[in-house]
Amino acid sequence: MSTPLGFVRSTVGRKVMMAVTGLMLVGFVAGHATGNLLVFKGPDALNAYGALLKSSAVVLWTVRLVLLTAVGVHIWAALTLIRLNQVSRPVAYAKHVPQASTLAARLMRAGGLLLLAFIVFHLLHLTTGTIHPGYTFSHTDVYSNVVSSFQVPWLALVYIVAMVALLAHLSHGVWSFFQTMGWNHPRFNTARRVFATVVALIVSLGFIAIPSAILGGMLR
Amino acid sequence: MSIDLNAKSPAGPLAQAWEQYKFDLKLVNPANKRKHTVLIVGSGLAGGSAAATLGELGYNVHCFCYQDSPRRAHSIAAQGGINAAKNYPNDGDSVWRLFYDTVKGGDFRSREANVYRLAQVSVNIIDQCVAQGVPFAREYGGLLANRSFGGAQVSRTFYARGQTGQQLLLGAYSALERQIAAGKVTMHARSEMLDLIVIDGQARGIVTRDMVTGKIETWFGDAVVLGTGGYGNVFYLSTNAKGCNVTAAYRAYKRGAAFANPCFTQIHPTCIPVAGDHQSKLTLMSESLRNDGRVWVPKKSGDHRAPGDIPEAERDYFLERKYPSFGNLAPRDISSRSAKEVCDEGRGVGPGGRGVYLDFAEAIGRLGEDTIRERYGNLFEMYERITDENPYKVPMRIYPAVHYTMGGLWVDYNLMGTIAGLFVIGEANFSDHGANRLGASALMQGLADGYFVLPYTIGNYIATHKLAAVDAAHPAARAVVDQVADRIARLLAVKGTRTVDSFHRELGLLLWENCGMARNAEGLQTALARIPELRAEFWRDVKVLGTGEELNQSLEKAGRVADYMEFAELMCRDALAREESCGGHFRTEYQTADGEAKRDDERFSHVAAWEYTGDETPPVRHIEPLEFENIQLATRSYK
Amino acid sequence: MNLTLHVWRQVDAGAPGRLVRYEARDVSPDMSFLEMLDVVNEGLIEKGEDPIAFDHDCREGICGSCGVMINGSAHGPMAGTATCQLHMRSFKDGDKIVIEPWRARAFPVLRDLIVDRSPLDRIIQAGGFVSIATGNAPDAHTILVPKQDAESAMDAAQCIGCGACVAACPNASAMLFTAAKVSHLGLLPQGQPERDRRALGMVTQMDLEGFGGCTNYGECTTACPKEISLETIARMNRDFRVATFRARPESAGAGSS
Repeated sequence: MSTPLGFVRSTVGRKVMMAVTGLMLVGFVAGHATGNLLVFKGPDALNAYGALLKSSAVVLWTVRLVLLTAVGVHIWAALTLIRLNQVSRPVAYAKHVPQASTLAARLMRAGGLLLLAFIVFHLLHLTTGTIHPGYTFSHTDVYSNVVSSFQVPWLALVYIVAMVALLAHLSHGVWSFFQTMGWNHPRFNTARRVFATVVALIVSLGFIAIPSAILGGMLR
Repeated sequence: MSIDLNAKSPAGPLAQAWEQYKFDLKLVNPANKRKHTVLIVGSGLAGGSAAATLGELGYNVHCFCYQDSPRRAHSIAAQGGINAAKNYPNDGDSVWRLFYDTVKGGDFRSREANVYRLAQVSVNIIDQCVAQGVPFAREYGGLLANRSFGGAQVSRTFYARGQTGQQLLLGAYSALERQIAAGKVTMHARSEMLDLIVIDGQARGIVTRDMVTGKIETWFGDAVVLGTGGYGNVFYLSTNAKGCNVTAAYRAYKRGAAFANPCFTQIHPTCIPVAGDHQSKLTLMSESLRNDGRVWVPKKSGDHRAPGDIPEAERDYFLERKYPSFGNLAPRDISSRSAKEVCDEGRGVGPGGRGVYLDFAEAIGRLGEDTIRERYGNLFEMYERITDENPYKVPMRIYPAVHYTMGGLWVDYNLMGTIAGLFVIGEANFSDHGANRLGASALMQGLADGYFVLPYTIGNYIATHKLAAVDAAHPAARAVVDQVADRIARLLAVKGTRTVDSFHRELGLLLWENCGMARNAEGLQTALARIPELRAEFWRDVKVLGTGEELNQSLEKAGRVADYMEFAELMCRDALAREESCGGHFRTEYQTADGEAKRDDERFSHVAAWEYTGDETPPVRHIEPLEFENIQLATRSYK
Repeated sequence: MNLTLHVWRQVDAGAPGRLVRYEARDVSPDMSFLEMLDVVNEGLIEKGEDPIAFDHDCREGICGSCGVMINGSAHGPMAGTATCQLHMRSFKDGDKIVIEPWRARAFPVLRDLIVDRSPLDRIIQAGGFVSIATGNAPDAHTILVPKQDAESAMDAAQCIGCGACVAACPNASAMLFTAAKVSHLGLLPQGQPERDRRALGMVTQMDLEGFGGCTNYGECTTACPKEISLETIARMNRDFRVATFRARPESAGAGSS
């Protein structure tokens, strides 16, 4: 029962895997948001940053592979647990009133799926350039891609909505991370809640700042 | 027919008696134990601990309980604590003192040898429970905490907040579950024992009803152990769980097991009073409340003023007045009776006038509300939840309620009844508490019997008896099964107009009035005349819907109440025959000039053991004389 | 007061069930919830209808037998209170009350409001104990337990095994029940030798029984009549994780347990 396979099969083990991959992804989005904010320093800064990321194919693909695996594991664990949780109560209550759970917690599933769809969209939009409504996509001029796309209101709105979903997802996910890893202590629980909310806010507001600024005409 | 009431108490000095006795007991070869089956009915402190221990020893054990899990047995509700002669506080306790206190507290109606052994093994119980992980209260140094309980003059009570029974039971339950996992114990939950199978004078099996499917099943073994608790629910309202019943014990009685001292019932002084006709059970408030609460009623009868409006001079702190040295901490039987007296005088408080105040105002004034909250916070909350009154502001109202039954099936020193191979443990037997049980001693007795006494004595029985294999085809077994099935069919066939509960309530009230805290010949005669009538009405007019082949809670209740209808009569007979007052048995005709219980050691220093002789013939009262070689008979005085 | 009840009726595990409407008249605010059901049942029996079956026993909030969903919340609206200790003064005249059994795949309905909670016993069998046989124990004072640890262990050990945590959890997860026992024994020195085995065994059994997983909603702790903390779940998560990585294959020479 104490084999690695047993761990992966257990609900607790899968939650730990979600927590660990979740942490990796939080690290990634935090880094991503920080890099993106270079857009406010102008085209040169952002494009140089973009070029830097692509300077080594080995590093780039290693990072991509790691991230992809993390996303894959995160989603696989989530989907199998969701399936289990759905069958665990075959007859629903006629009346069930949540007493304690936060909205963020209850939105984890829907929000997670929304984010998955968004990631695909985002890759098609700003990585491969497959989606480029009304402008020409450039593989080197990241700045112009960003500014041109977010001048399209619906596109900006898609990003803003997705980042609100990210806010909710992270505010429960980061808090949940500690619980799942077993770090719950009455003396730190308030701090844990605050930390999760602050991380979620910083990351998502960091992202939201960019389409908002472009839409508002501050960046062009 | 006659029954053998040889107690088999070992001779010689008490202190070595049990050790020597254990040595003399025959052992079962370890390799043979698995060939022997023991049936254990009940999974509380006694039954659960016995099942676990016998499983550990290697026997093949079947354990039965009516609840959906052995963890729910009513031992779980015990609040206060468990006594043990550890003398950790170094305040002068000893095995001998616990023995002495228990015999005296029981008003000299218990057997010395049994009680001494109980006091001896009490120390092992604490060791065992701690090793199991029972989270007893601790001091800052990491050692176990003790408190004084129920008026004891030493601090020998171990406790786990107000949930000691729960924690001890969960300890026994965990040991039991370990044996279930190991395949040594087979657990049968939601199974109710409906009869005992006696073959060639030996208890060899039981008949049970699967409470989900209604299936009647038979089980056979080398010995049958009853750990089925007390019969307090005969009163309908008691602090017992709703499911607690006398059926297993009473069926054994009808198969030939003598029933000892059925009239010895304990009425606990601090329960929440009845609120209305809908009342289904009574809730105990821990006795520890009397450490700081003062008990009083108005001096004038019919004084309906709010408690706060009654000036000090018009209050009667009757326990302090009558028992100046023990005051509010007077033993349970005495406190209960005093409360009844003042209510009978019309001075009771609350709706119906059946209540007395337990007032914390003085303690709050002296110690502050915070200290009181720290000591009794959870009890105060529970009280407020039930009554909607805030005991920090207004005095609690309490009234006595049936709590424990000292009587039970007669057993010898081996805990075996008058049927060979029928062992009875815990509250279901009569052995250790005499006519009154001390606080925190019930848990001690249940675990002593199950962990440390029965496992030895049952081995001796099995080792010394060669038993032929029996199965359901045996004519005796078939006859019992037929009787069980017939009885269920008869209950369902009545199709009368009254619910089971309405009969139970009526019976309970009748007993409470006539065989409760105070009894007299006239009342008992009234009850003895009325019970057979009520029983006849029950069998003529009870309404039990549904069938026997399904989960049918009315049918379960009906079977239990039918037994209570017969058992109540036995209780009243016993109370009538015991023409003295002792412990919880108070006959108004036998009291001193100042209203205290008057024992009659000349005529009644004995155990009364009743033998069933048939439905149409009265039971026969047998006597086991009690000899006190180590303790001087004395009048209990708490003045 | 008068109330309208919608009660789940189901003859046995195989039969379909449905909500049936009953009128509860002249309910006293001093009744407990179960006493209100008693009175309804008396009325049903008198009318010749099958009474509503529900589990109950001690009626003082400690045995864990009772428990129903009352208007969508386990054990009803009062925090830290089992159904038997809930009083009708928590409701008002004219209220409509929906009463349903605990619902979980692992808890099949046996009849009306009664469910089979035996999975909880099997979880305990998988390690919720200290392996010590009767008579093996050293003197109680040889084991020192810091007061704080004893108190924390007691906080967890208070679990009454009613199953409200499962009922309240949107995933029908038994994490709080399991974690309470893992915590109780894991916090005490007596529980240390088997701490790893216990966490692994109990979590594995919990999963086998068909309960859902934990998504840290916190519904369980809110429904719990003993208010067992989510901290216990964190502790079990940690114990399980640590045990997995610390476990070694049992050596060939080691006997069975």
